[in-house]
Amino acid sequence: MTQPVIRLAGIRKSYNIGTEVEAEILHGIDLDIAAGEFVALIGPSGSGKSTLLNLVGLLERATAGRIEIDGIDTATQDDVGLTRLRNRSIGFVFQFHHLLPAFSALENAMMPGIIAEGRATDAHEAAARELLRRVGLEAHSHKKPNQLSGGQQQRVAIARALLLGPRLILADEPTGNLDTHTADEIFALMREVNRERGSACLIVTHDPRLAERCDRSVRMVDGLLYT
Amino acid sequence: MRIRLPFELLVALRFLREGRTQSLLILGGVTAGVAVTIFLTHLIGELQSSIIERVLGSQPHVVIRPPDEINRRALPDAPGTLAIDQPRAQRLRPVDQWESVAKLAAATPDVVAVSPLVTGPAFALRGEASKSVALMGVEPDAYRRIVLMDKYLTAGRFAPSGTNAVIGIELAKDLGASLGDRIRVQTAGGREEVLTITGLFDIGNRDLNRRWVFVSLRLGQSLLDLAGGVSQVDLRVTDIFEAEAIARPLADATGLKVESWMTTNAQLLAGLKNQSTSLNLIRSFVTLIVALGIASVLVVSVVQKQREIGILRAMGAGRRQLLAVFLIQGALVGSVGSALGASLGWGLLQIFASVFRNGDGTPIFSPELPADIVIGACLIATVVGTLAAMIPARRAASLDPVDAIRS
Ligand SMILES: Nc1ncnc2c1ncn2[C@@H]1O[C@H](COP(=O)(O)OP(=O)(O)O)[C@@H](O)[C@H]1O
Ligand SMILES: [Mg+2]
Repeated sequence: MTQPVIRLAGIRKSYNIGTEVEAEILHGIDLDIAAGEFVALIGPSGSGKSTLLNLVGLLERATAGRIEIDGIDTATQDDVGLTRLRNRSIGFVFQFHHLLPAFSALENAMMPGIIAEGRATDAHEAAARELLRRVGLEAHSHKKPNQLSGGQQQRVAIARALLLGPRLILADEPTGNLDTHTADEIFALMREVNRERGSACLIVTHDPRLAERCDRSVRMVDGLLYT
Repeated sequence: MRIRLPFELLVALRFLREGRTQSLLILGGVTAGVAVTIFLTHLIGELQSSIIERVLGSQPHVVIRPPDEINRRALPDAPGTLAIDQPRAQRLRPVDQWESVAKLAAATPDVVAVSPLVTGPAFALRGEASKSVALMGVEPDAYRRIVLMDKYLTAGRFAPSGTNAVIGIELAKDLGASLGDRIRVQTAGGREEVLTITGLFDIGNRDLNRRWVFVSLRLGQSLLDLAGGVSQVDLRVTDIFEAEAIARPLADATGLKVESWMTTNAQLLAGLKNQSTSLNLIRSFVTLIVALGIASVLVVSVVQKQREIGILRAMGAGRRQLLAVFLIQGALVGSVGSALGASLGWGLLQIFASVFRNGDGTPIFSPELPADIVIGACLIATVVGTLAAMIPARRAASLDPVDAIRS
């Protein structure tokens, strides 16, 4: 049996622990995703999808449970270890693209590489240009985010997530704010990269049409996951 | 090939450029602070050294004299006796065993020159004129290292020997004498000599120009009836502010009266110290204000850039990298600001030096800026900038990626 890229066991997440407004958002989540798998995470708003993605993306820690990324138990990692995993093993596409306004599209796409190596390299630049070409933005690589449309910005964010060829791609409603046509394009691109590189993908979406085109769907309702 | 900046420097520069108005304002603040500091430091330094030069130009740093003669009571005081001590008039007395005292002084570290001097009152006479003067019997080679006589000489040479004498320009005028002329001196003891003027000096002090008559040590001793003796030993030291520290142990060792310029010019010294204290106070406040300015601008910047910080963290930038990003911003503002400030300070100095001049047209202050002041100010500004960035930088580093992004 091959090792899953993500293995979640009994994940719980509470906010405001120890206060009167303490609330458990996730009530014990189990989920395995294998390499090359493309999984849709669906469910009503407020059910805890983003919370789960943030935990898997190592942006915050779970209250309880076990998160393994590529066989590494993240509980054993300190901040430096988690930071490294975020940089090398995970590509995160946020709901609101979250580009850095002070940097050009090309620089934004190169940023994980700049962080990894301490400075930009020719290899990163070549890889970033290739990815921007793939998302149809080669003519816009020098533009700052505020000179790009929403769809273009989201495509830069995808190029950025893919730069270092991460084992795991997490996307939180990457097409949520886009028109259907652009949404389809972006989805197709992610699917393509997933097939090419064999990375595991977990993608939050409200669009049942897109969910259908994934390998499988899991549904979050009130902090519980149903497969 | 393009220059690839390190991640931290790259992000720091972009962040500064993004918050252009804030960056320029704080850069202006640092520039002004550094310019003011450099300008004031140099100005006051120049002022103080010119005052010190004026005072110490004609004064030894340390003088060794015989101890004061004090009244001693012949009978022990009966209880309840009221006694009035009247200080005794001090007569001309020699320094006991001055040669060995001079040797001891010369062997003291940081003493660079030792010069015996016999000095006492006399009258200088020429024709109808009769002037009260101070006879100064010196060894010229030793004395010119105490008071830089060669610098003050307006005619002739500073080489009193035999019956050759060097006198001030005022006295020469009063006596109607000039180089090569003869004058007669008479001492209280009734001795007298005819001297030939072989040098004229202008020491920058009218009173001294009128009173000092330099003769050889030997002639001074015989005129003042102090055969083989001297009335004081003058010293010059390396660091003038160490003069008192050098004088005290000498006094203890010899039992003589050893006074430094610092005790004889106590008021001047206090004035200089007050000036230095004010300067330091101003510098400290300027530094504090600059530090607070940099810190507050960066604190605001951390809040404004919270989202970007979160994005960078999410992409795998470590806490230390973000700490560095903000420390570098502080250092950049400090160093660039100090470079600009140094230029501005230099410019101010040029203007000041060309506008404010002495009567003879020379600038009151040297427009040349010593490198150590500039380097010091720039170094401090850069270090202060980096330290001031510490609080905001730590805040940036402590942000959790998810909180930073959500906000
Ligand atoms: N930092 C937080 N503190 C308190 N409650 C939070 C926090 N983050 C999310 N929540 C709550 O968790 C619930 C799930 O949110 P989220 O994961 O964003 O849902 P979804 O992405 O499925 O719409 C919501 O009720 C939200 O209010
Ligand atoms: Mg959400």
